[in-house]
Amino acid sequence: MSAADISPEDTGRRSGARWLWPLALALFVLLCLAGAAALPWAFDYPKGLRIPAQRWIGSFVKWLTNEAAIGPVRFSDVTRFIAAVIDVPYRAALSLLSTGFLRGEGSQAIQLLPPIPWPAVILLFGLVGYWVRGRATALLAMGCFLFIAIFGQWQSAMVTLASILVAVPIGVIGGLLIGIAAFRHPWLDRAMKPVLDLMQTMPVFAYLVPILILFGFGPTAAVVATLIYAMPPMTRLTTLSLRRVPSEIDDLGRMVGCTRRQMTWRVLVPAAQDALMVGVNQVIMLSLNMVIIASMIGAGGLGFDVLAALRRLDFGAGLEAGFAIVAMAVALDRLSQAAAVRQRAAPVAGPWHRRHPCIAAAALIIVAGYVAGQFLPAVRQYPEAWELSTSAFWAAAVQWLNVNFFDYFEAIKNAILLNLLVPFKRLMVGLPWAGVTAFLAFAGWRMGGWRLGLLTGALAFLIAATGQWEKAMITLYLCGISTAIAMAIGVPVGIAVATRDRLWRAVQLIIDTLQTLPSFVYLMPVVMLFRVGDFTAMIAVVAYAIVPAIRYTVLGLRGVDPRLIEAGRAMGCTPLQILFRVRLRLAAPEILLGLNQTIMFALSMLVITALVGTRDLGQEVYIALTKADPGRGLVAGLAVAFIAIITDRLINAAAARTRERLGLTTH
Amino acid sequence: MTAPATLICRNVWKLFGADAERRLAALGPAPSLEALQGAGLIPAVRDANIEVRAGEIFVIMGLSGSGKSTLVRCLSRLIEPTAGEILFNGRNLLTASEAEMIDIRRHKMGMVFQHFALLPHQTVLENVAFPLAVQGVDRARREARAREMIALVGLTGRESALPRHLSGGQQQRVGIARSLAVEPELWYLDEPFSALDPLIRRELQGEFMRLQSVLKKSIVFITHDFDEAIRLADRIAIMKDGAIVQCGTPEEIVMNPATDYVREFTRAVPKAKAVRVRTVMQPGPPSDANAPTVAATATVADASPAFLAGASEVAVVDADGAPAGRLRREDVVQLLLGGGEG
Repeated sequence: MSAADISPEDTGRRSGARWLWPLALALFVLLCLAGAAALPWAFDYPKGLRIPAQRWIGSFVKWLTNEAAIGPVRFSDVTRFIAAVIDVPYRAALSLLSTGFLRGEGSQAIQLLPPIPWPAVILLFGLVGYWVRGRATALLAMGCFLFIAIFGQWQSAMVTLASILVAVPIGVIGGLLIGIAAFRHPWLDRAMKPVLDLMQTMPVFAYLVPILILFGFGPTAAVVATLIYAMPPMTRLTTLSLRRVPSEIDDLGRMVGCTRRQMTWRVLVPAAQDALMVGVNQVIMLSLNMVIIASMIGAGGLGFDVLAALRRLDFGAGLEAGFAIVAMAVALDRLSQAAAVRQRAAPVAGPWHRRHPCIAAAALIIVAGYVAGQFLPAVRQYPEAWELSTSAFWAAAVQWLNVNFFDYFEAIKNAILLNLLVPFKRLMVGLPWAGVTAFLAFAGWRMGGWRLGLLTGALAFLIAATGQWEKAMITLYLCGISTAIAMAIGVPVGIAVATRDRLWRAVQLIIDTLQTLPSFVYLMPVVMLFRVGDFTAMIAVVAYAIVPAIRYTVLGLRGVDPRLIEAGRAMGCTPLQILFRVRLRLAAPEILLGLNQTIMFALSMLVITALVGTRDLGQEVYIALTKADPGRGLVAGLAVAFIAIITDRLINAAAARTRERLGLTTH
Repeated sequence: MTAPATLICRNVWKLFGADAERRLAALGPAPSLEALQGAGLIPAVRDANIEVRAGEIFVIMGLSGSGKSTLVRCLSRLIEPTAGEILFNGRNLLTASEAEMIDIRRHKMGMVFQHFALLPHQTVLENVAFPLAVQGVDRARREARAREMIALVGLTGRESALPRHLSGGQQQRVGIARSLAVEPELWYLDEPFSALDPLIRRELQGEFMRLQSVLKKSIVFITHDFDEAIRLADRIAIMKDGAIVQCGTPEEIVMNPATDYVREFTRAVPKAKAVRVRTVMQPGPPSDANAPTVAATATVADASPAFLAGASEVAVVDADGAPAGRLRREDVVQLLLGGGEG
């Protein structure tokens, strides 16, 4: 349900019923204060009426694995077959980058062809950088991979790169095809929307177990999990960008007599190329974000190193592996972003190697690398003597901080815990589920019509009915506080940098880099300083979620029509008046969307903070993962997804209303 | 003497709204604008009748929202009309199957777009060759043909440029070359010069007339610019609120506007540029045997240099050069100072 279907009659009716909001609020507060004795069922969902969704899902997954079959083909055979198919390119990529091509098994294996030597890989990435943008990008890409080699992460990094090289093309092609199909068939588009919403809002942990059961432990299961997580943006962007192709281009295709297939592949997709490349970038970044989680079901590589280091509390090692992921993320991000805006050079005439100089150079690099590898062992494998390690330094630094400042850290932590976190947590946990559900339904109805009201009410009810209410409230409390803090920091920062171009460029670089960091990396420094617990989780969430708070504030403020600011100045407004009466007001819809994104980021990070011992839905999902209980994990995961969907819809409806009230909608 | 009609459009309606076809039929043969709006239908084209003759430039002129772009898309069936008939060389396009339409569009029709609609990722050469590539013509042949077309519009040397490297005028030349690559019989131009600067627009109008004098296509030309319509058209149809309010030669429209709406447009147009010499000439030879000559089909404005040079009468000749009559200075003055109004 989008904001567009708020009709003018709605607005008229709404303004006539202003007393409804205070009334609903008053009823809600009354219920909270006085209802506990009168209506105990409104506070504790009756156990007898619980929907046993955990059991249902658990037995459904069991049925799917053991019994579901079409004729002689069992469903699990199909999933295993898919796993086997994905395994083929994965093995090839892995052999090429890491293990070399082998014949035979185990220790008897004979290496037919060693992996591509590391200097050749670095040069190849440099070549790609040069091809997509120029010398600077080439140097950046080579620097990132050199960094990985120097810190001794090469082997793991190549394992990770192999799975990325498999997951990204499948994700891009799959997303593209589904997006095209949804563009062609409106019914499919409507059917896909809720599915995509769930795929994007459901914590990854929640579906790891079913995937594990269906696809088996190993890198291919990890690729499948990565795909579920990374494909939705590509699908959405494809449909969106195909719709945005100018109608004249569409007319052109039909006028020159394109068949449907020609229309799609020769006109629409090429015309939407730039926007599609943004989708490719998204797939790459999300796949990298999944690297650590995927290693829980057997992906190996850098993610596994980080996870293992976290488990044995070896912060230095974890940090180095984490930085290697960041380096890879930065390189792949910049390369794919540059590819998105790459200007096609005019074609050159001449012999083959003239027309395709980059392919020729790539072939030359690989051949030269292999030849050099024959004679120089240092080329075959990065020599250990050249490796650097900073892990001792980090360990010492943390130790020094803890020895000298432990009391301060503890004091800050305890003060905030006792004065802010604990009281707020109590308040949230004490809220009656029936009241909250009714209030959410009311808010949905007032802001977006009865359909939205029905949706928000039903989702909230489902959370309560499946027995997740208390954990959901703890999730909301952590998420709410973290979001509030992130907004309280992010919005002022956004206001400060919005009018200063050079400062904004610097901040943009920082937040772009922050966004390429896998969410796990945020955990490490905080855990080192503050141990485990809610406070640590909050800091990590704030650090992760502050990026959209800043970005959307700046976008909104910079998007304000300069003529209006000029008009304000001409009327003699002081700078403060211009800020509050003109700019912030007109930027309000964008800032609201920023709030929405901040909440989404916070929720996705919260699940990961379960590792540092929170007690919320994330923990529930995580426990289910360790117990391999698909029902429990999926129900808790769905509850997280429902919270995300409720907030997303409500805030979007609010943003649309604000935009309408400000006269910013273009109908 | 009129050429045979290439394209005939009979009683074409295009209405937006749910179930438009059935509800239009329910409203009777010629429902009024109010009746349609009352029924919740949004009329884009109402009962349009036009005939485009072989080799003529037929201009559809109207302001934005008048339905002209919808009509031209109905003529090529890019938009499905709600009711009516569109006969292309006697064949009703509305009953043609999708495969037949693809075939007709591939070989018989070309279209130029207001915002050029060039494929941004292809070079000039590839863009021009694109309609042929879609047909499956092999690379050597389609590129040879594309080069010819590029030369025709004067862009030789820019074949490997990308659209964004070209100026607006150059981009539209590419658009023109592309629409001509398949040698269409029927050529649609949808406000081809509207997005261009006035100077470039005039230059391309001249270029367009030069091309047409060589190619002799049947042309449907859409514009919102009345001056452009007068300058280029053999015949003009003026549209308002989806209906054609007047259809005729520029001269007929300027001399006899059918409604006040049309008169508003004609008011600002110098009549001398629309009216042909043959309309205002007098019978008989001029009194001065050495008087300068002018063609009967020329506009009065074309004859004015002779009067400026001092002549008081000009000899009018027909297409074969045979004397047709005389044009007197006072007839011209009469025309310019009113007279013909209404």
